[in-house]
Amino acid sequence: MQATSDEALIGRIAAGDKLAMHLLFARHHVRVYRFVLRLVRDESLAEDLISDVFLDVWRQASRFERRSSVGTWLLAIGRHKALSALRKRPGQTLDEERTAAIEDPADDPEIAVQKKDKSEILRKCLNGLSAEHREIIDLVYYHERSVDEVAGIVGIPANTVKTRMFYARKRLSELLKAAGLDRGWP
Amino acid sequence: MMMEEREPDEIEALLPWHAAGTLSRDDAARVEAALARDHELARRYALVREELAETIRLNEALGAPSPRPLQRLMTQIHVGAADSARRRGSVAIGRWLEGLLLRLSPRTLAWSAVAAAIVILVQAGFLAALFVGPQGHSYRAASIEQAGAPGSYALVGFVPQASAADVTKFLETHKASVVDGPRAGGLYRIRIGEGGLSRDELAKIVDRIQQESAVIRFAAPAD
Repeated sequence: MQATSDEALIGRIAAGDKLAMHLLFARHHVRVYRFVLRLVRDESLAEDLISDVFLDVWRQASRFERRSSVGTWLLAIGRHKALSALRKRPGQTLDEERTAAIEDPADDPEIAVQKKDKSEILRKCLNGLSAEHREIIDLVYYHERSVDEVAGIVGIPANTVKTRMFYARKRLSELLKAAGLDRGWP
Repeated sequence: MMMEEREPDEIEALLPWHAAGTLSRDDAARVEAALARDHELARRYALVREELAETIRLNEALGAPSPRPLQRLMTQIHVGAADSARRRGSVAIGRWLEGLLLRLSPRTLAWSAVAAAIVILVQAGFLAALFVGPQGHSYRAASIEQAGAPGSYALVGFVPQASAADVTKFLETHKASVVDGPRAGGLYRIRIGEGGLSRDELAKIVDRIQQESAVIRFAAPAD
């Protein structure tokens, strides 16, 4: 049996079919939630934002133009909602990094590496990146978006997407080095 | 905004998408060929694959949201649907009235206006007579009688997939009518039966209503 395509569900949602809305929500809400949560770092806010994302889908389904996949469209709406929510919170910016969470002043780098395994340090450093860098790494690695899809979601040219990803990875290497893990790159 | 001062090597810049399997066939072939001849690039590709694996692990560890967003979404959809139905209703009445007036000739329209004015004057006379007349026939007394009319009430929530036909059938089956709603949480106050029911009778009916899970997601007696 073949599952109903996302595009077909959007067509049914445009006609007011609530069951189709349930299906689309069940299919995508966890990924959209994780994407938004990584940006806003607040579970309760992320939950509110994903219901807002799907409410937008309910209201605007008839305007979906199929220029991108439904998954990409949902991430783009989620990103817009997350950034709007962040702007309303004073003192929080996209460039903010959490380096303090990565460095452990009690240990020198060698001891830190012995204490923690490499993948744990890597995950900690991924978490310590700025929202702008976290976002692009998540979109490419976890949400499996192509260069053009990331460009559409973030609203930047394709070449800038590649450059930004490169520099996000470069920054990750710097954080890893600071945490005692020199990868020999860049 | 971050500093993005230097363009990375074209093939190296594509490594993350190659690892994620989202490159076009041509680009993937170019990257594969470069990896085969350049050992340093292959070593860097191994770093990319590590990053990819940990990014997936990190995201998967975030867990899933609670049922709250779906409940919130469906409540907002219900409220929106009720509002637009009300708007559609008033627009339809407006259009019917507009069409009726357009069909009337100017002479008929003028006579209709005169007739309406007479009706309003007669009504005003009756109202004045009611207020200056004996207290037993006042509007206030009639209103109290209506409020005191017998009836039993319940709060119900319909499942999101219930259609208008399902809801209508449910109301007919239980000789019920919606008197208020939607309230917070998408709940409606319904009147059950024509006469007053005892508390036990009402509880039994609400129990039966709760069994109708295809239409009802919540039911409770109400005042």
